[in-house]
Amino acid sequence: MKRSIAAVLLMTGVAGCGGQAADDGPATVTLWTRAATETVSKAYAEAYNATHEDTVEVTAYPNEEYPAKLASAAGAKALPDLFAADVVFAPQYASQGLWLDITDRFEALPVAGKVAPAHVRNGTWEGRHYAVPHTIDMSVLLYNKDLYTRAGLDPDKPPTSLTEFAAQARAVDKLGGDVNGTYFGGNCGGCNVFTLWPSVWAAGGDVMNDDGTASTINGPEMAGVFALYRQLFDEGVAAPASKDEAGPTWLGALQSGNIGIAPAPSVWLGIIEEKADFALGVAPISGLTGGESTFVGGDAIGVGATSKHAGAAWDFLSWTLGDEAQIEVIAKGKGVPVRTDLAANTYATADPRVVTINSLMAKGRTPYAKNFNATYNDPQSPWIATFRGALFGDATASLTDGASALTASLAK
Amino acid sequence: MTTTVSRPAVAVRAAPAGPRRRRALTGLLYAAPTAFMVGAFFVVPLGLVAWMSLHRWPLLGVPSLNAPANYTGSTGDTLLTDAAWFTARYTVIITVLLFTTALGMALLVQRKRPGTGLFRTAFFLPAAVGFASASLLFLGLLSAEIGPFGGVVSVSGSATTALGAAILLVLWRFAGFNMLILLTGLQAIPTEVYEAAKLDGAGRWQTFTHITLPLLRATIALVLTLIVTGSLLAFDQFWILTRGGPDNSTTSLVMVIYRKAFIELDLGSAAAVSVVLLIVLVAVSLVQLAVLRDRSAP
Repeated sequence: MKRSIAAVLLMTGVAGCGGQAADDGPATVTLWTRAATETVSKAYAEAYNATHEDTVEVTAYPNEEYPAKLASAAGAKALPDLFAADVVFAPQYASQGLWLDITDRFEALPVAGKVAPAHVRNGTWEGRHYAVPHTIDMSVLLYNKDLYTRAGLDPDKPPTSLTEFAAQARAVDKLGGDVNGTYFGGNCGGCNVFTLWPSVWAAGGDVMNDDGTASTINGPEMAGVFALYRQLFDEGVAAPASKDEAGPTWLGALQSGNIGIAPAPSVWLGIIEEKADFALGVAPISGLTGGESTFVGGDAIGVGATSKHAGAAWDFLSWTLGDEAQIEVIAKGKGVPVRTDLAANTYATADPRVVTINSLMAKGRTPYAKNFNATYNDPQSPWIATFRGALFGDATASLTDGASALTASLAK
Repeated sequence: MTTTVSRPAVAVRAAPAGPRRRRALTGLLYAAPTAFMVGAFFVVPLGLVAWMSLHRWPLLGVPSLNAPANYTGSTGDTLLTDAAWFTARYTVIITVLLFTTALGMALLVQRKRPGTGLFRTAFFLPAAVGFASASLLFLGLLSAEIGPFGGVVSVSGSATTALGAAILLVLWRFAGFNMLILLTGLQAIPTEVYEAAKLDGAGRWQTFTHITLPLLRATIALVLTLIVTGSLLAFDQFWILTRGGPDNSTTSLVMVIYRKAFIELDLGSAAAVSVVLLIVLVAVSLVQLAVLRDRSAP
């Protein structure tokens, strides 16, 4: 009995040593990602594995359970070699030291200055770099060209202001039946930061201070945007299901072909068209009276702080930022390149709508806040209470109370 | 097999101390595996939680002492106080409904009659479904998009329907299990007592209040303790079915702890709330057992 315990201890000891010494030969690098990003992560890994000695192994977790999975892995000091995360959560993970400091390695890259600047900022904490962009997903307006034609609108003239957006949504809504003018995630924090904030930025307003420690949600620009969506919902132009939409059925609503025009993630262009029997148009999200902006979302990725293959892991990351990966993996798959100098590439120019999306990146923003998840995304976040009040309850009170509740949560 | 081999060895070594010491040693050996399990998986984690609650505890890196900030820091948290009230309200509702349903079902199938076996099985069967799976099942059944009952009870429509849906789920999933415990208690009551009551001319209601309930006291104490602790620790049903909504109306205490630990990454505060909840649980259980203890027992 004693001998067998000793044998087990010896074996685990040997295995432990073997793991530590593995940076020399071909390494297996583990990569964690959320389900939403799985296809892109796997496409990167497949292309990389085909041409490199090291192997990247991708494991995906359900979107909602992913932050908890990362937190428990960090607590157990068992983080993977690489892990991607929603770019808005990056400041929190960087501040907690879950990613390795890659400042010197990143700054030594020849393309460092051309990597999506908003994303890069979110991967920094106190002046040091911890993460680089992995995928980019931006908010745009998607509209159903067939419904536009039926409603007597010009399918090649999308709205250039939020007021025009409302007018066109009303025109489509008049078709009646199952058709609705627009749709939004009225019970989904992550959806609304993504789709409503660009209208605030396009009008020159802001939702937070620069450090992400105080909310300015009670400004006139945000109030104007809420008032417009509230009116669309009250008139029945926005589908009634918008009120309880928590995220999971958002895509399905747009895929049904019964929605005229709605803000949505740019990656849905390909996903919806794959199955749809109607044509989609793409337009930038605008402010009440004009302007253009977008929420530069997607995922950031860094080297796990407890990784034993940091060298191999960085080799993969630097490869993903190169021309080959960005054009032959990302652009070929209809994605948005994470490099500003690759917006007009051979694959994008084939579809003018993709160029529209790609060129928006320079005008867009990625909000920076350490407590983003707890403040805006989580189902119990103060943001959800705030916008539910602004859209369906006492608008003035919820914006004033909301601003102080959001600031309290951001400053934690 | 092990005992036959090891006993002579123990006997030889322990012989001078006499058989009493040998018996004590054997007892210790028998208890050792359980003691080790309880120590490693209950006492040590419990101590760690208490220790964590006194520190600022980062996911990686060195913890630093900050007591009592984790305990005082949550005092103005309205989400926490609302969740505490909701959990208390939910516990009262569930305890009354679940206990009466389980007892009613147990009384229905107490005597052997044709078909009782079928009903006992049918009542107990939901307990064989994992709770998380059962929650997902209800989420599907009550979904406005895909569920057959989506229009009847909406999990996101209003605070009342969301709570109603969760209560329905818990009743369906746990009534059968609690019925089973109550049934074993009922069957432990000797039939002679019932026969004697009958001879004395006791009616059905009198038999129930003067024979069944007093003799079932210990079992009732056990079932009520299980229900109350389970309700105070409610998580799955709200996490999966309602996500704490709409508008935080069904956010339970454990969900707030989960949020502090895994969303805010504030492990110290999460541990502090857990410690307070544990103290409340112990206090409630002590009061409950004191009130319901079988006073006739030695």
